[in-house]
Amino acid sequence: MLEYRVEIALWAISGIIPFFMLNIWTNNNLNESINISDIMLSRYFLCAFFVRQFSVVWVVFSFEEDSLMGKVSPYLIQPLNPFFRYFAQHLAEQITRFPFALIIAFFFFIFNPESIWIPNLGILLLSIVSTFLSFLIQFLIQSIVACLCFWIEKASSIERLLFIPTLFLSGLLAPVVSFPAYVKSWIYLTPFPYLIDFPANLLSGNETNISGGLSMQILWIFLLLPLFKKIWSEGTKKYTAMGS
Amino acid sequence: MGQNIIDVKNLSKSFDISSKEPGLKGTIKHFFRRQTKSLKVIKDISFEIKEGEIVGFLGANGAGKTTILKMLCGLIYPSEGSILVSGHLPFRRKENFLKNITLIMGQKQQLIWDLPPIESFYLNASIYDLDKFEAKKRIKKLSEMLEIDEELFIPVRKLSLGQRMKSELLAALIHEPNILFLDEPTLGLDINAQRNLRKFLQKYNKETNATICLTSHYMKDITSLCKRVICVHEGAISYDGKLNLLLKRLSPVKEILIVCRSEKDATKLESSGFTVKNKIKNEITIKIENNSITSSLKTILNNFDIEDLFINEPPIDEIIGKVLIKKDYDI
Repeated sequence: MLEYRVEIALWAISGIIPFFMLNIWTNNNLNESINISDIMLSRYFLCAFFVRQFSVVWVVFSFEEDSLMGKVSPYLIQPLNPFFRYFAQHLAEQITRFPFALIIAFFFFIFNPESIWIPNLGILLLSIVSTFLSFLIQFLIQSIVACLCFWIEKASSIERLLFIPTLFLSGLLAPVVSFPAYVKSWIYLTPFPYLIDFPANLLSGNETNISGGLSMQILWIFLLLPLFKKIWSEGTKKYTAMGS
Repeated sequence: MGQNIIDVKNLSKSFDISSKEPGLKGTIKHFFRRQTKSLKVIKDISFEIKEGEIVGFLGANGAGKTTILKMLCGLIYPSEGSILVSGHLPFRRKENFLKNITLIMGQKQQLIWDLPPIESFYLNASIYDLDKFEAKKRIKKLSEMLEIDEELFIPVRKLSLGQRMKSELLAALIHEPNILFLDEPTLGLDINAQRNLRKFLQKYNKETNATICLTSHYMKDITSLCKRVICVHEGAISYDGKLNLLLKRLSPVKEILIVCRSEKDATKLESSGFTVKNKIKNEITIKIENNSITSSLKTILNNFDIEDLFINEPPIDEIIGKVLIKKDYDI
């Protein structure tokens, strides 16, 4: 069991990009240009870390391997879409990550005691909902990409292309507010800022349009869900049950 | 035997296969101009299977047996023709259909590797809408039939192949399907485990009247379970009928070793008109056609002084081996 615990701990630690970005921002006083205080910025990146921990998705890699090795075959003839299994796996791992994320937050506050804050209950609940919606959006996007396995086998290559806009436009490297106005207007039409930026701003107490953000998250889920269903239905007709 | 539960008409399946020449040149060529061709792996086959039947699919590697099973259970989409299984089009994978079937592949597993099998059983029970009480009852019943007990609580990765296969069967049968598709279920198992599995399948068939479609390269699986076989050769059906008729057809003569009281009797027998394979002192081996075996033996016993007599059945693997390389068997 030790190796599993270490693996989960490493997974949790691997998501510390926001802390590196915080360091770059504060050391170069970049936050002054966007009128965010040091404290609010550090809270933002801590929240970005938390949102990332509980919304990260790897279904494309799991499904690609299972599909190419024929492991998905027994699940395809059960009266449950195999993606529910991956969904449950993700949720289970998120729960196991929680204690590790708390430990990292504890150390963060030791080094940044001025950043300690307690969000009010309403905001905390909305942030949890928003993080879960962010997870759903990412899960749907990756599931759609994963279904491309039925045609091109290496769907994870497409996912790597998607990783670039996710990294830059989601708010993981910089709050979306720091982008030029004309770029921002375009970014907010994509699903990316609703993955990290919106829930992180909500939780950290930065100014954000709560109803607008949640509505956009729900809208993206409603757009992606039928697309997933369609591509799944077409893709399974192409399934050749390789490796079995 | 009941009514037809599987009805296949003019079924074909083609796959697009790409080929690549070896080496760097081949790789570059493959990258810019990928060459694919359509390969018809199942060619216009038709057959029916009745409720409660156990049917063995025989064929060489790549003949198309597994592809047929995959189409029957709805895993892959047929290119042409029609399939009706229990009144359903398998590929639509409707819930009612999926709750009635199971597929077991000897080389693939559905159990969760890091958890004990019991966890997978309860997960499957939930997927098939069984309540906990019913699931517990079925797990108890099936584990008794399969003779597994402590293994249910040991992580799958720590189980032997035989124990794992039994657990796979339990996981696949927890919803009590009435159609079983088994693709080489005894692959890699030792002789005792193979025998136990066959006994279990016979018992399951008897108790539930389940229909079983089976592929196996172990002839013992076929001979002890299947009265009917469908031989597949290069994607087409080369024989569909009773196994014993096929065996008679492929092996029309039996060899009989006769031990005479004296060498003189053996010499007399040698010149009496039987087809003699060989003669060593007072032992003579003759060949007799299956349809005249009773009368011939009567003649021999009445006219010659015989000490002992052995009827040698030709090895079944050898006979079935002929099926795998020949295209047509008209019975």
